[in-house]
Amino acid sequence: MIRGALWALSVVAVIVALLLPYLVSPFYTGVGTQVLVFALLAMSVGLLGGYLGLMPLGHAGIMGVSSYALGYFITRAHYSVEAAAGIALLAALITSALFGAMAVRTSGVFFTMITLAQGMLVWGGAYKWYQVTGAENGLRGIARPSFAATYWEFHYLALLIFAAGWLALWLVVNSPLGLSLQGIRESESRMRTLGFNVTLHKFLAFLISGFFAGVSGLLFGWYNNFISPASVGLTASADAVLMVIIGGAGTLLGPVIGAAIIVFIKNLLSIYVARWPTLMGLIFVLVILFARQGLVGFLRQHSRRKGDASKQVVGPSFQHDVGGVRSATATTGSPAELGAAGREPGRL
Amino acid sequence: MTPQVAALQFLNGLTLAALLFILASGFTLVFGLMRIMNLAHGGFYLIGGYMGLSVLLATRNFLLAIVAAGAGIALLGLFTERFLLRPLRGETLAEVLLTIGLAYMLGDMALAVWGGDPRNIRLPGSIGSSVQLLDISYPLFRIVVLATGMLIGLVIWLIQERTRVGAMVRAGVDDRETLEAMGINVKALFTWMFCFGAFLAGITGVLGGAFLTLYPGADFEILLFALVVVIIGGPGSLTGAALGSLVVGLIDAYGKVLIPEFTYFTIFLPMALILTWRPYGLFGVKV
Repeated sequence: MIRGALWALSVVAVIVALLLPYLVSPFYTGVGTQVLVFALLAMSVGLLGGYLGLMPLGHAGIMGVSSYALGYFITRAHYSVEAAAGIALLAALITSALFGAMAVRTSGVFFTMITLAQGMLVWGGAYKWYQVTGAENGLRGIARPSFAATYWEFHYLALLIFAAGWLALWLVVNSPLGLSLQGIRESESRMRTLGFNVTLHKFLAFLISGFFAGVSGLLFGWYNNFISPASVGLTASADAVLMVIIGGAGTLLGPVIGAAIIVFIKNLLSIYVARWPTLMGLIFVLVILFARQGLVGFLRQHSRRKGDASKQVVGPSFQHDVGGVRSATATTGSPAELGAAGREPGRL
Repeated sequence: MTPQVAALQFLNGLTLAALLFILASGFTLVFGLMRIMNLAHGGFYLIGGYMGLSVLLATRNFLLAIVAAGAGIALLGLFTERFLLRPLRGETLAEVLLTIGLAYMLGDMALAVWGGDPRNIRLPGSIGSSVQLLDISYPLFRIVVLATGMLIGLVIWLIQERTRVGAMVRAGVDDRETLEAMGINVKALFTWMFCFGAFLAGITGVLGGAFLTLYPGADFEILLFALVVVIIGGPGSLTGAALGSLVVGLIDAYGKVLIPEFTYFTIFLPMALILTWRPYGLFGVKV
């Protein structure tokens, strides 16, 4: 029943997204476009965090490299928009290869720590390398492709690219590669024993994820016509992770729902609330304390309680250890149950 | 670069390294024992610095400012560990994200209370003067920070190697469950360790506020440096934190003079090189 509801919701969402410029004002169409941009980023984060079980905290940095490359080659080097987009994607790929090579031999929270430092270094570089990035002023006047200059044309371009990204990521997570990634999430040592080249799999996942972060960076640069250090820092990376968590890690739909929730909250509440970062921090704390299994995880667990026992859900647990020795909770059950079962005895 | 500038930057690098070491040692000890990556550590630093500033302005007593900031942030750490982190014990990623939320709130509250203008802690009396080292005139306070860093490193090392509490901590790093089974109150040990890390961040804030400046965003900036220190040195290792601080401090000091537009990229380079050679940092071990 819940599954049916999710399907119905998805169909409604697709129809709304298709008709959005005809239904609501340009402002809300823009919010819808933003949702698509960040949903792409959140899906790329979710590929690593949800399917591979390694949560990156620096993906806004990779996204930012793409946006900055796009901005630099359009506004400073005066390349054509299409050529600049190609270079930007290449830059995002090269950055992902470099960052991935540094991070993928580690596991657990140390992976998160390394990616966090990488993302923040991009942010620091954006501040200091003023010849290219314009420092605090950022790069202004990033032109959209000529066929998508207006807000509603751009909405459809974003929708098209988002749909292509969804399809590609759906193919990835349902391919043998995607299954291997989930195997690594459940037990890295077991996959290694089975003869899988674990490091290579992790590296490939990082590249794919980084590429889609780069794609979202293109859309982000075009949407705002502007990029500045504030958009590539820890805050942006952490928001993307929060989107994955709120929606539900280990699913493709979860990050999209999470992106919609966060983008709406940001756009609507930031108008009325003065102390905005405090509110965002509070949302982080409350989500983590009370809703860390995510919306999709909650719905699935709920649907299982209703007697639909045949559908067992494999979700990522939050149990990482620095050395990648994960407890044997890697069977079936919702993330929340895994979390509870894996705790030390005698704890609340 | 003249020899004078080279020598001056060497001293600047050493003193920055000492500051980073005090901050990073708290971070890495908490990480080593509890596996918690506390991203509010930068927020603890910034609020500690501001608290020290306020106490100093009110009392003109620098020592009191340091003690007050350390105690205040330790209390904040106690609250954080007891009420926010304890319910999440073992869920590493959830703990990380919770500390991010806390870092947002701390940064924003600092902005609300102390305003957005950069603030500098003015040192009272003779501690704010300069000393003559050969032909360089150098602020006495930075030498004091260097000495403090070395002293704190020594004290922590002695506690870890020579005392019962230190033995408990080392055992906790190796095998939490066995330690608990032997009747040690690991829960309390965690709380104390977290408070101690927060205390170190608080006093670093006061020290840092006197030779760097305090401003909105300084929390994440210093956190980045501490993270790179811990990544280079290896998480959980005190020796690693010391070595990592030296590498980052010196490279940053010289990089700022030689290639100012690449200030952050210069610390990225050693991190990339060391990680390709040792994925868990110089002294980090794969558990």
